[in-house]
Amino acid sequence: MNRKIAAAVLLAAAAGSVSAQDKVLRVVPHSNLSILDPIWTTQYMARNHGYMIYDTLFGTDEKSRVQPQMVDKWTVSPDNRLWTFVLRDGLEFHDGKPVTGEDVTASIARWGKRDAMGQKLMTFVERMDAPDARTFRIFLREACGFVLEALGKPSSNVPFIMTKRVADTPADKQIEEHIGSGPYIFKRDEFKPGDKAVYVRNSKYQPRKDTPSGTAGGKHVYVDRVELNLALRDAQAQVNALAKGEIDVLERPAFESYEQLRKAEGVVLVTKDPLGFQYMGRFNHLHPPFNNPKIRQAALAAMQQEPFLRAQVGIKEFYKSCASMFTCGTPYGSAKGSDIQSKSSMKKAQDLLKASGYDGTPVVILKPTDLAAIQKLPDVAAQLLRQAGFKVDLQAMDWNTVVSRRAKKEPPAQGGWNIFLTAWVAPDIWNPLTNAAVGADGEKSWFGWPKDEQIEKLRDQFARATDDAKKKSLAEAIQARAFEVGTHAPLGEYVNPLATRKNISGWVIGPGDIYWNVKKN
Amino acid sequence: MYTFIGRRLLSTIPVLLIVAVLVFLMLRLTPGDPAAILAGDAASSEQIAAIRASLGLDRSIAVQFGIWSGNLLQGDFGRSYFYKMDVTQLIAQRIEPTLALATLTILIAVLVSVPLGVIAAWRFGGWFDRALMGFSVMGFSVPVFVLAYILIWIVSLKLGWFPVQGYRRLADGFWPFLHHLVLPAITLSVIYIALIARVTRASVLEALGEDYIRTARAKGLPESQVLIHHALANAAVPIATVIGIGIALLIGGVVVTESVYAIPGLGRLTVDAVLARDFPTVQAVILLFSFAYVLVNLLVDLSYVFFDPRIRY
Repeated sequence: MNRKIAAAVLLAAAAGSVSAQDKVLRVVPHSNLSILDPIWTTQYMARNHGYMIYDTLFGTDEKSRVQPQMVDKWTVSPDNRLWTFVLRDGLEFHDGKPVTGEDVTASIARWGKRDAMGQKLMTFVERMDAPDARTFRIFLREACGFVLEALGKPSSNVPFIMTKRVADTPADKQIEEHIGSGPYIFKRDEFKPGDKAVYVRNSKYQPRKDTPSGTAGGKHVYVDRVELNLALRDAQAQVNALAKGEIDVLERPAFESYEQLRKAEGVVLVTKDPLGFQYMGRFNHLHPPFNNPKIRQAALAAMQQEPFLRAQVGIKEFYKSCASMFTCGTPYGSAKGSDIQSKSSMKKAQDLLKASGYDGTPVVILKPTDLAAIQKLPDVAAQLLRQAGFKVDLQAMDWNTVVSRRAKKEPPAQGGWNIFLTAWVAPDIWNPLTNAAVGADGEKSWFGWPKDEQIEKLRDQFARATDDAKKKSLAEAIQARAFEVGTHAPLGEYVNPLATRKNISGWVIGPGDIYWNVKKN
Repeated sequence: MYTFIGRRLLSTIPVLLIVAVLVFLMLRLTPGDPAAILAGDAASSEQIAAIRASLGLDRSIAVQFGIWSGNLLQGDFGRSYFYKMDVTQLIAQRIEPTLALATLTILIAVLVSVPLGVIAAWRFGGWFDRALMGFSVMGFSVPVFVLAYILIWIVSLKLGWFPVQGYRRLADGFWPFLHHLVLPAITLSVIYIALIARVTRASVLEALGEDYIRTARAKGLPESQVLIHHALANAAVPIATVIGIGIALLIGGVVVTESVYAIPGLGRLTVDAVLARDFPTVQAVILLFSFAYVLVNLLVDLSYVFFDPRIRY
């Protein structure tokens, strides 16, 4: 009897262990994975976790075009108010249950309560239903022009499809079960926060036949496991580990590490996300001096992009100035109205400041000291604003204090702020509805709380527009007005190529850190 | 003796209470809002407020303290805001690497430093003594992370003897466990070798000047016996004290080493929790560290009885 028990224990252990033949992709992600609900939070690590285990109705390809993913076909009524979608055959959750229209409507409903674009979509949605197992319908009160863009939204919050019982979790509570229908299965039993997260191949997943592109196309899995190393966060140790072959992928190397990585044997750099990121300086519109639009104009004129990019990125081929608030190289990317910043000079900034009636109120800039990706930006902002004639109070703190403090609406002297600087991935800012920084609905807006009725009216028209040319012109008008009122200062764009071992290939071009189609030889 | 142990253990209660109150208040008074951190970059003020309410952070500090201390009395340390796990479970996952690293570090430090200190005292003023003193100055002066990078570059990258990062649990096999731990332990032990060797040298040097050493030598005892049984045994109390302090410091002082070598231990957990304002985790870890300090000090005090029979409690 004892032998039988021992044999059973050994078998069980063997079943749960990693076989020597298994292809394991060892990845150092850009941050720690702590929250496992990609609808509850907008954190990018939660989004990436979502892409591993959940599937999406639509994806966005590398040319920023929305393409079907879980959806097989769809129709729109002539008045654009009834959208009927049919799911692909063979979609199955990790627990073996088929994906149904009811799962989809429950997932959209929960996402629609959290995500800004989802909330906007829900203002148009009258109801949703699932007439049969593979079909779901969205009934709109009035036509709107971003149904597919919303459902194929590639970045946080992504409308991932969950089982109904999970999607029925109240939107303000985190989900406890992590079952999707995506290409990988999350190993909850192997998840050690701050140490590692493990995903194994979902052998039942049926990829589309299309070529993978962005978050669209066939999600083929060629490795058995993906292990996220969450403990390895020291920049130099990451480089050492990759050079020695102890890890396979380094998602976001520090810019200072690239020279060493280029020289490392067996290591290559891959720019899988050519649209990259955009730096941004955000003004607080509630308090002096930036409650005065003329002073915001002066600051915009002073904040030229090149000095920020040169100081923070430093590698010429990785960055570019971009006059657009909506990511250059995407459908709404345009220089419209940007002259105040893009064709300005320090002399102009000084003149504008003099004419603005600025009374010497100090500008409180929040400077994170522990986030290498943006920590030099505040110093550059401080220097440029001083040159323009501003009095600057540069306050150093850790990033999470910045995050907490930027949410405060109190005056700077009482723990508030005047400027903070951050970075966004391209899909988060590439249209007027996803770009939180152009929202100008006062205290309901993103931190900084700009208020401008004209922008909100234009954004509303954009949401209703169904014609691409009309949407493009509205996006330009929104941007021109945003520069005019100085919602924020775009500070240039950059890429952050991943570093990988030479035996890793098959990277899908597009935004996000995704691991389908990746091969390990 | 048992009364002494009982009294010392009882004395931990007010210590832990004071620590609990201080940690709780300091965390609430420092800037930083866990709700804003949890919500992510694109969150609205309403979403942040909702998260704050769900965590109970919208209540007064007194009410929050009442709830936390009430749960604590029932053995409930709370749930991590970020990982949605019981803090005890989180600590249980992280305690093994830290204990393993601290134990191996102290083992290496004691095994290397005590003989070095004894030999340096024995050869006082000679080249070995001077070399050891020079080494100990260097050991104190070189920051742990610098030493770590140098050792990784030479021993791991150039010679390929050890991995550059990572940790394997003891359950995964003793060799992988040791293979991943040796380099971090050597890195961390250097400063303790320097410290303990200096104290050992000074204590043994003092003992070597005593009359009983002269008597032992006059009796014709071999020099090794004189050094170990007479000089070292009588110099043991200060050495035990410094080793005890070393252990206590190590428990909370492994952060840098854990970061450079990517060891998922309590040090990293503490730093992550502090930066993320994960109040329940920080509170529990600090209480654990405090208890460990008290316990180590008690063990050191008890060890005096073993080293010096004249000491009685």
